[in-house]
Amino acid sequence: MIGGRVDKAFDIASEMRNAPYGKSVRRECLNSPVWGYQDKSGHMKLFEYKAKEVMKRHGIPVPDGFVVSKPDEIKSLPGPVMVKAQVLIGGRGKAGGIKPADNIPEAKKAASAILGLNIRGYITKQVLLERRLDVVKEIYLSITIDRSRRSLIFMASAAGGMDIESVPENQILMLPVDPAIGYQPFVGRYVSGFLKLPPDQAEQVADVCAKLHELVVAEDAELAEINPLVITKDGKVVAGDAKITIDSDALFRHKDFESLPEDLTPLEQKAKALDIAFVQLDGNIGVIANGAGLTMATLDSINMYGGKAGVFLDLGGTDDPEKVKSAMLLMSEANPRVILLNIFGGITKCDTVAKGVLEAIEAKRMRIPIVARIKGVNEEAGRAMLKSAGMIPAYGLSEAAELASKESLKVV
Amino acid sequence: MAIIVDEKTKLVVQGITGYQGMYHSQAMRDFGTQVVAGVRPGKAGERVNDIPVFDSVKDAVDGTGANTSCVFVPAPGCKDAAFEAIYAGIETVVIITEHLPVLDAIHIVSVARSRGVTVIGPNCPGIASPGRAKVGILPSMIFRKGNIGVVSKSGTLTYEIVNAISERKMGQSTCVGIGGDRVSGTNFIDVLDRFQADRQTKKIVLVGEIGGTSEEEAAEYIKNNVTKPVVAYIAGRTAPPGKRMGHAGAIIARGRGTAESKIRALEAAGVKVAKIPTDVPDLLK
Repeated sequence: MIGGRVDKAFDIASEMRNAPYGKSVRRECLNSPVWGYQDKSGHMKLFEYKAKEVMKRHGIPVPDGFVVSKPDEIKSLPGPVMVKAQVLIGGRGKAGGIKPADNIPEAKKAASAILGLNIRGYITKQVLLERRLDVVKEIYLSITIDRSRRSLIFMASAAGGMDIESVPENQILMLPVDPAIGYQPFVGRYVSGFLKLPPDQAEQVADVCAKLHELVVAEDAELAEINPLVITKDGKVVAGDAKITIDSDALFRHKDFESLPEDLTPLEQKAKALDIAFVQLDGNIGVIANGAGLTMATLDSINMYGGKAGVFLDLGGTDDPEKVKSAMLLMSEANPRVILLNIFGGITKCDTVAKGVLEAIEAKRMRIPIVARIKGVNEEAGRAMLKSAGMIPAYGLSEAAELASKESLKVV
Repeated sequence: MAIIVDEKTKLVVQGITGYQGMYHSQAMRDFGTQVVAGVRPGKAGERVNDIPVFDSVKDAVDGTGANTSCVFVPAPGCKDAAFEAIYAGIETVVIITEHLPVLDAIHIVSVARSRGVTVIGPNCPGIASPGRAKVGILPSMIFRKGNIGVVSKSGTLTYEIVNAISERKMGQSTCVGIGGDRVSGTNFIDVLDRFQADRQTKKIVLVGEIGGTSEEEAAEYIKNNVTKPVVAYIAGRTAPPGKRMGHAGAIIARGRGTAESKIRALEAAGVKVAKIPTDVPDLLK
């Protein structure tokens, strides 16, 4: 199937390039060398040099190169090189994060200029030095998840290198891989056929397709992107850049990827350790809810009544009062004007939540007003416990949102 | 009539000896579901809540005539469990398990579709037809028998909306929680198609959230195929861009998959869209 809507399958690819982060996010590498980062969405993004290592392991040609975190570590070069900032954000070239060098002094100079460079909020801690390619043609090639078709999908374009998202749709091939058929050589032939390459290069590109698919399946990647896939002056096909994102849900079978640090604020890190989703925003209402959809609906409802959430915390499914207590303590550290507790108990029991909340209040002598709306399994018991502790009871979501918003707008 | 689960559902619970399996097998039975078997390799002959436990799904099917499975098996063993159910001839597999690798989901869904097996989930709360049967973890007390079909990507938000509908003395034919993962066995369109054909269902409620494009695709489908009135709510209208709320699906990417784009598409298809969940019952009147 050739053609189709680009936007659907671009979710992940575009998210990687355009990830808009909140202002509170720390964007530095904690310690180097590291392979990459796990972002807020749980996407395990590998640095270019690590992604290239993985590609090389799967037989995809990459330029000779090495990575350093200090200019002094440069002892020899594989020839004329490019010095490239290792950051997980696009637009490195325009930001001065990629420089050519012909000899060791030049390479050291380029490296010291790039190391420490702030590229759209990301501090460069490592540079990759790799053999410079004689570029004749730049191709875009990637595999990602197509949600609608419920399959993997190849994307390819002869107009690689530039911002692929501004390339007209008819110049991008969207080729789903039928999961029942899997990868077969014809898939690679369709890709290289679309790119209108001479036979020798077509064969090499088809081979890269096969290996990229093999990589995605073997490593549980949700995105593997080569942009550009370079055709050199001597007719070789080489990965000029590489992006790989690993499915964090598959880490149980990829122990080697597990140690990636995360791109989180200190409070968010604490929350992560407790398996609680915690995000800091701009307002002053602290929202505690269970489940992503209900949390979002709570934010929507607050907004309707003029309130603004300052932090939200998704308990997920839990039946452990200790976890609820930790969540409350975490919330108090974020210092909201009012806390809105909105729990719909299923797996989570209401009395469990109430117990955890009360323990946290006692432990910290918390004085923050709390609007409590709890519903579902064991709601009577839970509500009685919270009411006795002086919380503002609410019966419906709208009522809770209204009360919390009013409280948050009170002039002190 | 209801859809997917009803009085004829004979349920086997995979992973019945775990905490959730135990708790919810009883809750499902209390709801009226025929819970005929449980599976836990190595525990054949035991009973959980007086439900017989078998070593394999095949033994459970041979011994009890089970036709539907509810999978509580944790992610590393989930693909195996789902395929075992399909292999044993189960017609409907409801996967509650969360954090299933997306490539496993793609594989399971592909095989299920080619065999005509219905998979709901992964990472979903399940499905309930009030007065008939429930398969999954949805809280029983929120339901009321009636003629509104509910389909939702969310978990607790589904409960919120079903509860709001029931409190206004309106009931549900079937409520399907399809799950919010990137790849799901059953999507909005699959369920809309069934609700349109179901005689008990008179009105439909669709609950979506930001991220992905399945709501936009549902809107297109509704425009061309659904004649019953549809009311929708899209969670995340005021969510900050680029921040995920714990769901793989809830990602905003470059103006696509936004609440605005979904609401616009649904309204263009004649769907009434509620601003907050508690408005849904008003729009159903």
